[in-house]
Amino acid sequence: MIRFVTSRLFRAGLTVLSVMTFAFVVLRMSGDPAQVLLGPDVPQNVVQDFRDRWGLDDPIWRQYLSYLQAMMQGDFGLSMRDRSPAIDLVMQRIPATLQLTIPALILQLAFGIPAGIYAALKQGTLADRSVIVAAIVGFTVPSFVMGLLLVLIFAVTLGALPSGGASSWQHAILPVLTMSIGGIGVLARFSRSAMIEVMGAPYIRTASAKGVSWSDVVRNHALPNAAVPIVTIVGFMVGSLIAGAIIVETIFSWPGMGRLLIVSVTNRDLAVVQCILLLVAAVMVVSNLTVDLLYGWLDPRLRQTTSAH
Amino acid sequence: MNNLVEIRNLRVAFDGVPVLHGIDLDVAPGEALGLVGESGCGKSVTWLAALGLLPGKASVSGSVYLQGQDLTGAPRQALERVRGKRVAMIFQDPSSALNPVIRVGRQIIEALRLHRGLAGTAAKTEALRLMDLVGIPDARNRFNLYTHEFSGGQAQRLMIAMALAGEPDLLIADEPTTALDATIQAQILDLLITLRHEMSMATVFISHDLAAVAQVCERVCVMYAGKIVEEGPVAQLFDTPRHPYTQGLFDAIPSLSGPRRRLVPIPGTVPDPRHLPTGCAFEPRCARARTFCTQHRPELLPQPEGRQLACAYPVPVAQDAVQPEEEYQ
Repeated sequence: MIRFVTSRLFRAGLTVLSVMTFAFVVLRMSGDPAQVLLGPDVPQNVVQDFRDRWGLDDPIWRQYLSYLQAMMQGDFGLSMRDRSPAIDLVMQRIPATLQLTIPALILQLAFGIPAGIYAALKQGTLADRSVIVAAIVGFTVPSFVMGLLLVLIFAVTLGALPSGGASSWQHAILPVLTMSIGGIGVLARFSRSAMIEVMGAPYIRTASAKGVSWSDVVRNHALPNAAVPIVTIVGFMVGSLIAGAIIVETIFSWPGMGRLLIVSVTNRDLAVVQCILLLVAAVMVVSNLTVDLLYGWLDPRLRQTTSAH
Repeated sequence: MNNLVEIRNLRVAFDGVPVLHGIDLDVAPGEALGLVGESGCGKSVTWLAALGLLPGKASVSGSVYLQGQDLTGAPRQALERVRGKRVAMIFQDPSSALNPVIRVGRQIIEALRLHRGLAGTAAKTEALRLMDLVGIPDARNRFNLYTHEFSGGQAQRLMIAMALAGEPDLLIADEPTTALDATIQAQILDLLITLRHEMSMATVFISHDLAAVAQVCERVCVMYAGKIVEEGPVAQLFDTPRHPYTQGLFDAIPSLSGPRRRLVPIPGTVPDPRHLPTGCAFEPRCARARTFCTQHRPELLPQPEGRQLACAYPVPVAQDAVQPEEEYQ
């Protein structure tokens, strides 16, 4: 078990390192921060000053090494815009992003899983087909279309909710809905197919043949087995929520990390972008690690194989 | 005689395709009945239908009486009281028939709680006793293990322990040894024979292994394409099979004693339930078939020597008293 965890942690570290490296290289090869931040009309000596100050003329490997060195010391760099620490800028935005992602995740779990299980148990009926259709609509409509659609209905036509901003809790409703609908659809579909597969398994027939009531068969025999595939997909969805936040925060002018990322990318504010990407990678890695550990807890067969390695 | 189970004209169709064409079958208390036939002939479906365990797309008609109580169309709660308590069932491939994420001890205790109201230490003690009874070595220390930590043979022993938990009157063993090694098969068969005598419960042994059936059962039903084609005491059917299909099954078994002989396979395959022949379902594969057989479906009729037979031109025996052909005209 300890070996399993250490090997996973080592792999997690490698993943984060490669994301950092990739972001570092791509950002530097895709545009000059001096040009973007200072604009075209600035005298050459100012541009040169700027480049010197940020070390932009050093060979890329030297920049990379000093970046790594700083990271080791917990220094995430300064924003090129106002020279404030990048990590502070990002940290200020995290609560706003969590205000959207956490309720969205809760909604996804609370509606997606029960809807999928319900559909599986009513397989072939009208209820089942309605859930499938709703789920497909939910996850095929892109979030920017869904967001605009919701704005059109609830803000423009009904005038019931604000279309953007973050000054009250009502402002969070539309962005949270936009973020959760796709995930509810995905989760409903996966839960449904996981549950259908489990309900057809021989051990479910055994449980029924043994006299276990139908509701106990579902609760005690089927659900624990369906949990493994469902947990897998939830792990992926945590990652996609962060990605979704970027789009949704932009649509609804929500002052979160996603919007900071967009602004920083357009400005080539290298340290801030790197900081956010690192954070996103860390969230992905942690959620995958959690899923791996949950597997062992949920399925004793995986427990054995993982501890053997 | 008061039968434990009386099945009358049981029919099953999946999505409108009939797979069981009117089964009549009795099981006496304490008797061991074998159900033989190729895969897909309806052996398992008969009993899954009887206990209401078929998926929703199956339509079941006819009646299944368990000591007077009709199970077909009985409410779910009534069936749940019968399953495991009056009639228990064990299945092929025991390793996948036990729940992989629930400790085996808990699975046995669940049956004890449902059918005997046992809980706590009493339930655990009884579960351990059952595990000992079916021959799980070191039951106390293996009580909290999971299915994948047991071999196939031991998993089947656990299934049997779980089936015995409700002290049933009837145990349906649905190909219980098919997925197991030959030596383990013999052990499981011995266990079933011993338990049946000790607990005086009736056993229905579903198998395509004639040797196993002969070992376990007193009476055999041979099924083909959703019908019973021959029924009688084990010795009678084995010595003088009269349905050409029954005889074909025996001719396809290699014999260890006696002179070496060529095995005779039954030509052709089991007919598709969607395109059954209009006459006797076995007619296309039957060496004895005549034109009459292509048009008439033979009924299962009692024969003077005690067996039941559904064939217009059965394999003759020395004292063939009746001319079955006449009964069909």
